[in-house]
Amino acid sequence: MSKRRFSFPYLIWMSIFIVVPLLLIIFYAFTDNSTGKIVFTLEHIKAIFEPLYLKVIGRSLFMSLIATVVCFILGYPAAMILANKDFAKKSTMLILIVLPMWMNFLLRTYSWLSLLENEGLINRFLVSIGIGQVQLMYNNFAVVLGMVYNFLPFMILPIYSVLVKIDKNVIEAAKDLGANNAKVFGRVIFPLSMPGVISGITMTFMPALSTFVISRLLSGGKITLIGNIIEQQFTITGDWGLGSALSLLLMVLIFVSMIFINKYGDESVGAGGLL
Amino acid sequence: MKKLLQRVYLFMILLFLYAPIIVLIVYSFNESKSRAVWQGFSLTWYQQLFSDSKILNALETTLLIALVASIIATFLGTFAALGIIKMKKKTFETVRTITYIPVLNPDIVTGVSLMMLFAFIGIELGFVSMLLAHITFCTPYVIISVLPKLYQTDISVYEAAQDLGATPFYALRKTIIPQLMPGIVTGFLLSFTLSVDDFVISYFTTGGHVENLSMIVFSMARKGVNPKINAVSTLLFITVMALLLIVNKRELSSKKRVSKNKETLLNIEK
Repeated sequence: MSKRRFSFPYLIWMSIFIVVPLLLIIFYAFTDNSTGKIVFTLEHIKAIFEPLYLKVIGRSLFMSLIATVVCFILGYPAAMILANKDFAKKSTMLILIVLPMWMNFLLRTYSWLSLLENEGLINRFLVSIGIGQVQLMYNNFAVVLGMVYNFLPFMILPIYSVLVKIDKNVIEAAKDLGANNAKVFGRVIFPLSMPGVISGITMTFMPALSTFVISRLLSGGKITLIGNIIEQQFTITGDWGLGSALSLLLMVLIFVSMIFINKYGDESVGAGGLL
Repeated sequence: MKKLLQRVYLFMILLFLYAPIIVLIVYSFNESKSRAVWQGFSLTWYQQLFSDSKILNALETTLLIALVASIIATFLGTFAALGIIKMKKKTFETVRTITYIPVLNPDIVTGVSLMMLFAFIGIELGFVSMLLAHITFCTPYVIISVLPKLYQTDISVYEAAQDLGATPFYALRKTIIPQLMPGIVTGFLLSFTLSVDDFVISYFTTGGHVENLSMIVFSMARKGVNPKINAVSTLLFITVMALLLIVNKRELSSKKRVSKNKETLLNIEK
């Protein structure tokens, strides 16, 4: 007996709930039925390039880029310290870094409000040392902070899992051949850690680019990102064409970065970061 | 000195990661509504929480959806894995790629695409559409958890059972399923956790008719900090942590079991 038919219920499910929705995004992105007839159109795709939306896309790319760079600068040294073979309590530290990732990201974002608000702990500290109250919430800073906070573990883990696998003999060899610490890092360790760096960058950049919750909560709705525009099209404006076109844009970006990862990274890295 | 610096650095990173969570939990026990002052330990917000019918309804929805969705996803995913693995390489690759789509796609894209699907096939947004959406994003995780176990499974036992007169389903239940159990349970718990945790996909597939806890938090948080959310958050946090501990413990003990089995095998070979 072939067991292949065990998968038939899932194959049907998959076709209806995964394949058809994707086709619907493409369908709505390229058609228009405002005249009552469904006609092919490039209007929605063109709309993306209107100055208004181009500005939002630019802002989203810029803010996620900043968040990714900050995550990288903070995360790489942390991954290096963790990967050091002399570092005791490695597994405890790893668990501690993974744990917040499992907390609802909405709560993680929300929890910053009580620190950042005008009467929050940070401001009370700043007042008590004489600096005075600083507006920390409802601006660009808060949104980037929210992104860094949410996605930092996604940067640390893939880099760590590559660093820890580097053959120590290679490093020894470089030292024996006269390389100093900086040179060992620049010519040996860093190039070898590239697969981890690339998957770390993707795993930080992509969710930062597509978020609408972080910007909504921490900017109080003042800062609009791609995600916010998509959300508005589906919940308020009802312009599914534009919403689909922007969703398609996000998917294309994901697709491109996946190709990038497959080219430079290995599968185990991504999986290691995920769980 | 270098070691000390390293420790301080890691401590700062952990402080960054945990400070907001700790503040949140601590303030959920604060008697005062204002966050500016600590007025002593109290369970006021928890009491208010449990008399708030909106929050209780959301809690019920969250748990019911999570339970039903993860049970259905576990059946669907396990049988899917059993079938997929027997497919020709090309078909297998295609199905696996499609299965990974909900895992890789941004949640917002999954959410809006499902919302369009429900409008397209005429399912009204609400409890049912939310349930269907949750099954859809949970099933891939079950498949991903079960497939590796399936690679380790000895198929010949299954064939032997059938040769000895067992019906296919009986043979499956008695030979393959027990070997897959760790993967199945991990898949189930993972689905449950993801479902309880979900906000974005639920937000788009309920049309505001049903609310889960995450959606309540979102609508309350839009108006600023609220001690009642701190209390909900603390409870959610503890629940997810408990579930994770169970999953991790299971994985550890199953790893130990595998290594023990290997040891016995080696001993027999000797």
